[in-house]
Amino acid sequence: MSDRPPFKTTSGFDRRTFIASAAGTAAAIPLARAAGAPASQSAQRDASLPVEMTLRVNGEDKALTVDARTTVLDALREHLGLTGSKKGCDHGQCGACTVLVDGRRVLSCLTLAIATQGRDIATIEGLSKGDELHPMQQAFIEQDAFQCGYCTPGQIMSAIACVHEGHTNSDEDIREHMSGNICRCAAYPNIVAAVKQAAPQILKG
Amino acid sequence: MRPFAYQRAGDPSAAVQALAAAAAGNDVPTEALVQPLAGGTTLIDLMKLDVMRPSTLVDINPLAASWSQINLDGDNLKLGALARMSDVAAHPEVQRFYPVVAESLKLAASPQLRNMATLGGNVLQRTRCTYFRDVSYANCNKRNPGSGCAAMDGFNRTHAVLGTSDACIATYPGDLAQALIALDATVEIVGKSGVRSMPFAQLHKAPGDSPQIETTLQPGELISGFAINGRWPRSIYLKTRDRQSYEFALASAAIALDVQDGTVRDARVALGGVATMPWRAREAEALLKGQKLDDGLAQRVAEAALAGATARKHNGFKIDLGRRVVAHALQRAAKMEI
Repeated sequence: MSDRPPFKTTSGFDRRTFIASAAGTAAAIPLARAAGAPASQSAQRDASLPVEMTLRVNGEDKALTVDARTTVLDALREHLGLTGSKKGCDHGQCGACTVLVDGRRVLSCLTLAIATQGRDIATIEGLSKGDELHPMQQAFIEQDAFQCGYCTPGQIMSAIACVHEGHTNSDEDIREHMSGNICRCAAYPNIVAAVKQAAPQILKG
Repeated sequence: MRPFAYQRAGDPSAAVQALAAAAAGNDVPTEALVQPLAGGTTLIDLMKLDVMRPSTLVDINPLAASWSQINLDGDNLKLGALARMSDVAAHPEVQRFYPVVAESLKLAASPQLRNMATLGGNVLQRTRCTYFRDVSYANCNKRNPGSGCAAMDGFNRTHAVLGTSDACIATYPGDLAQALIALDATVEIVGKSGVRSMPFAQLHKAPGDSPQIETTLQPGELISGFAINGRWPRSIYLKTRDRQSYEFALASAAIALDVQDGTVRDARVALGGVATMPWRAREAEALLKGQKLDDGLAQRVAEAALAGATARKHNGFKIDLGRRVVAHALQRAAKMEI
């Protein structure tokens, strides 16, 4: 996998160089807008240069200067120090990277960070209020809904969305709508129990 | 993943212009250096695998404001290309009057992927053939025209039995497309010379000797939406797979029936998971018209739907499975209370 950016968040790259070379091709809005570059109709921007972007994560704006290839998952883990969201398959098959974007559960490994500007990203780190765990976190502990725990942040984010989507009416309903989160330890029965336990508390608010 | 430039398209003409600029001289849209980005669930995955190698992505999500409608106007359903799979699947009128559409979406992928993926991108989803997705196999006629096909004599359990050619046996992976082709949907396409529409059945093409060309879309063209005329409350999507959920079809059927006083007035049969493209079984449908549907007729329709199927070493089971799915889906559709 070669999608890890070769540089870090604030690597001190030359902003003037970036601006000078930054421009989109005809007609589309050039991305370099974030760096304040004028739109040129002719100059081609070097695609390997980092771009500036702002992500809103758990209610806070975070400024980043990263490769355009950076996924939301890599932005969180490699650039923002938020390693709760996990990289399982990195191909949208396991659900370990599940986060909420504007309240909807999505796979952060297949979502480009640059395309997520202006939207609210919610991760496992933003759930608890101080020492008070989110009801879904508490339910996972009480129901012993994990063994190794690697898939758990994704399971919990997915489960919260599952509740809000109204798909916790039966065990079968929960299983179907949690099917995008794979658990290698097969803690599935306890995950269903945890979702069932937390659902009424979450819906009650 | 290779580096790319990222642009946001503010309006359809900007998107089409950006796509067409680099499309000139390349008649294979999937290989164009400029690719549209919608949900990204196929594109980003295939870019990570180095199967797709665009140098520019044009983010068309800003067009969602005008391209994500889900609108039933009289007997005419319109679906925007940027409507998300989950939103269409959950739409009450789609569920009530077009259950085959809602079910095909709900049974596809996972909740997360359905939240991301758009209808336009979904119908253009590319095959899950392992040899196509793994660039360490040099011989893939779809990826590398003229290089041969590693699946022919490889592990081909999930490969197609209908619409195959000597060049490619890759299965079309989607579900929604079977519902759309069954209901005679039209697809609306925006290109540099304006808007055109055509029957959805004309969107995909069989691999023939050019499996790298998967659709009749011209370079730079974008799907903007779909339309279905008429309501089909007696319609279902039946999908069989290795797992109960979150898996591609081994065989699936999209069935729509118009039954009056026990007699079938109109019938639609489409197959998924078994063909190289969304597959409409018109000769099988014809057997139903004017008839009373019983188990014997369902069996004959199922036989006809898979007539002409050819298997390789590991996928022969799909022929029988496909027949069973068609017969079972017909019987279920006939018993629906609408």
